[in-house]
Formats: sequence, structure tokens, C-alpha cells
Amino acid sequence: MIDINIIHETAGRLMAKAAIEIPDDYHAGLKKAASQEDGDLASFVLEAMLQNYEAAKEDRRAMCADTGVPRWYVKLGNEAHILGGAVALEDVLRRATAEATQNVPLRPNRVHPLWRTDHNNNCGINAPEIEYAFEPNSDWIDITTVHKGGLFGTDYRMLFPGDGIDGIKRFFIDSLVAFGKRGLACQPAIIGVGLGGSKDTTMLLGKRAACLRVVGDKNPDPKVAALEDELVKIGNSIGMGAMGFVGNSMVVDCHVEVGYCHTGGMPMSVHAFCLSSRRATARIHADGRVQERTDPKWFTPYMRRETVEWQMPPAPSKQSA
Amino acid sequence: MANATSALKTIRLSTNPSPTALRSLEIGNIVYLDGVVYTGREGVYTKVIEKGATIPLKLPSLSATNFHCSPAAAVNTDGSYNLRAVTATASFRFSKWLEKWFELSGAKLIIGKGGMSGKDYRNIFVPNGAIYLTTVGYGTGALLGRGVKNVLDAVWLDDLGIAQAMWVLEVQNFGPFIVDSDLDGNSLFERENKRISQGLDRVYEGTKSPILKRYGETDDRNDEVI
Repeated sequence: MIDINIIHETAGRLMAKAAIEIPDDYHAGLKKAASQEDGDLASFVLEAMLQNYEAAKEDRRAMCADTGVPRWYVKLGNEAHILGGAVALEDVLRRATAEATQNVPLRPNRVHPLWRTDHNNNCGINAPEIEYAFEPNSDWIDITTVHKGGLFGTDYRMLFPGDGIDGIKRFFIDSLVAFGKRGLACQPAIIGVGLGGSKDTTMLLGKRAACLRVVGDKNPDPKVAALEDELVKIGNSIGMGAMGFVGNSMVVDCHVEVGYCHTGGMPMSVHAFCLSSRRATARIHADGRVQERTDPKWFTPYMRRETVEWQMPPAPSKQSA
Repeated sequence: MANATSALKTIRLSTNPSPTALRSLEIGNIVYLDGVVYTGREGVYTKVIEKGATIPLKLPSLSATNFHCSPAAAVNTDGSYNLRAVTATASFRFSKWLEKWFELSGAKLIIGKGGMSGKDYRNIFVPNGAIYLTTVGYGTGALLGRGVKNVLDAVWLDDLGIAQAMWVLEVQNFGPFIVDSDLDGNSLFERENKRISQGLDRVYEGTKSPILKRYGETDDRNDEVI
């Protein structure tokens, strides 16, 4: 039985960690981008961002004051049991969101869409989002928080099989150029691409690809992985860098996630995470141990299963295509 | 990496800058500010310009610098403020209020994210002798937070909430910012856009328009999506 108080305390720590500490994988990716950037203004921006990460850690203050719209991703082991059940879990995640907004502090961005009511705690109707997934043969719970901005850098389009890979590249470039100008997308970023599924799934897959996969991670399908590599190259050949200044750093990495879709269509979404790429994860075991990490490890072979039957692969490194 | 920090001219500027100081700013200069800045975005503009509220501050003598931003801040139980990080929001959305805001506030510096259109600079900023500074990144929230020495006020906090209140901040060596517009209405972002656009045909080479178009992206009601 997992103690709800441990989940509550851990959730609070994760909120602060996500807001303050740049994840190692993205930090390394940005340093590499900075070393290859030759635009003088774009270089200045990247240097300032690298200094900003240090300042945030030293002072324990948020890297970026637009702390986005904080949200949660929960993965439940099939054998995990939480004291108080799912309702208690949601209760502490909401409480941790409100407490962190006051304590870190985060910017209370969440308001009613029409009346603009702000409870100053990032909670309200349908907020924060909490998404769930499951994992077989496990008795732990993984909780991940993501603080992602919500205004620019994301787009959706219904493409068709006739648009082909070429159409995917076209929409990718369109999205990067559109939101890259003036740096509205806060690039260079991890870009997530959702392909297929129904329309809502397309959006979810692209967002999870951007926020829940780390720099250097590859899709297990070698052809999708090759497309990811090609999209990184295309993005960095636009001639644009940080803040939309002349440069070559738009994309730190690109992740593509696919879902089976209607036979007539090929819906696509593009999501830019940002220069602060705020995410933090913890695994809470049944015996009370807590392990924190920055890789959400959200996409597993079980998550991506493609057939009716699920059979655990023989070794963790072997994944079904 | 280009040796950027030494290549770009860096300037310390007052938040009540003289016309001479403003004239000397060139697009692409790096600026750090000293003095007092106040935040103002859609909540403040709506309250003052559309609902007619009186600004309870002596502007521009207290400050001639309007920051399109809200801080990551909280109110302590004793009523004091815990303000830690500061990041701008995108300014283009506030275009329709700025002419009136300049008239009411006498602002000379507007700070935000991403600049405004060259048309706004020529039509609104130039006649008011004002300049736009963009934040860097975005955003250097922790570096800007270090530059805030004191929270002087949070006007309309109960009414507008933390994210929309008018925060009045005493600042020192507050930056970095980049000069986007000058007194002649030139725009750094538009200059960079033009340079990048020259290479875009090459990037798009071989791609074709999507099969399904989007209705409503022009004002032509004869459009259709196929």
C-alpha cells in the first residue's frame, strides 16, 4: 500500500524541481546548440539562458516566471495500491499544485476562460490536467509534472495519405517558421510531433512526445527514428535561431509518436516545448522508497503496443516495432 | 560560438531615460535598467482604458517604463510579497491599447516579449518618442528576478489577481534586454525576419501545399477548403 502522504510530499518537491532545475538532457543539448550557433544575437541569447539556469539553481527561484500551466502525468503499476485510492491521489496532486504556486512561487496562470477568475493557485475547473497510464507487473506509481507554456508553438492539421511524408515536412516547417519568428515558440526547443490517432489523440501524442521524451531518445521504429533525425536537420537548416534571430539553432531534438488513425487521414500536430523544458518525475514504491529523475520514461513497449494481445517482451531493451 | 558578449554594445539606462539617452539607442544594443518599472498587460489596460479607472501612481515621474509581464510571486501571510522570477509576455496582443496608454502614462520604454509590428513603432511609438526593449530568451526569469531590489506596490491585486496586478518594482542592473525599436521606428525583429525569409524558398523547395486548406485564414468569404 502506497502512503498518500509520501505522494503529497513528493509532488510538492517535483513542482519546485521542475520550475527551478533545468533537466540534464536538455541542458547538454542546449550547450551543444550554443557551441554550434554562429549568429551573434542568437549566441548572446543562448549564453544568457545558460547563465539563467545557473542563477535559478543558485537562488532557488523559477527559471522562467511564466511557469506555464502546470499539469500531471501519472503512471500506475498494475499491482500498485494507493491508500485512499484514485480520489485521494487526485486530491494531493491538486493540493501540491496550489501549495507550490504559493511556496516556490509559481505564477498563478490559471484563470476562467470567460470571467478570468484567478484563484491564485493554478487550480480551477478542469485544471490541473491529470493524465493516467498503466504498466504491467509493477507495484510502484510514477508521477511526473510538466510546466509548459500554453500560448504559442503548437499547431494541428488534418493531412491525408496523399500529402505523404512531404506533407509532414511541409507542416513541420510551417509550424516552426510561424512560431519561430520573434521567438514566440521560445526555441531552440524539443519539438514533439503527433501523427495519427483521432484528432484529440494526435494532439496528446505530440504533446507527450515533446514533454515526456528526453533529448537523445529515439522512437523504437527505425523508420520513424530516421524521420525524427531528418526533422531535426530540417528545423536547424531554416536559418533561424533563438528569438527568431538569424542562426541555426531551432530544434534541440525532435520526437515523433504515432497512433493508428482513420484509413482516409493522417492528422498531425506539432508542439514546441521551451527553453526551460520543465519536467520532473518520481517513482514511489510500495515500501515507501522514492526515486527522483528527469526522464519520465512515459512511452514503454506496453504503451505503444500495436496488437490485441499483450505479451511482455523477453528483455526490456527489445521492443516491439 | 560567436564571441557575442563582446560584439554587442551594452548600455545602462534609467527607467526615466532622457531624449538624448533614447536617441543613442540602436537596434540590437543590450540594455540594463536602473530605477522603477511597473507591469501592465491586458488586465491593467482594460481597467484603465476601457473602464476608466484612475492610475494611482505618479506617472511618468515615478517611472516611464511599462513592462508587459507578470512575476512568479506570492503574497505572504503578513501581507508582504515573495517575488522571485520575472518573465515577459508577448506584446503584439496589446497593440490596440498602446496609443491611449502612452497618452495616459507618458511611458518612454515598453518592455515585453517579441516586439510589436513596425507599423506600431512608426504610428504609435515614434510620435511618443518611445522605444521597445525585448526580454531575452525567453525568458531569463531568474536573472531578471535578481535585478528586482524591492516591491513598491501591487496595485489592484485583489481585483486583478497576481498575474494581472500592476506590480511596481524598484530595479537595479535589471536585464538583459535587447533594443528592438529605435526613435525612427526601425525594428530588429523585422530586420531579422527579412534576412531569414530570403533563405526560406530553399528550405521549402520540393514541398507542396497541403491537400486540405483552412477556411477563415483570409477575409475572403468565397474561399473554400479544397
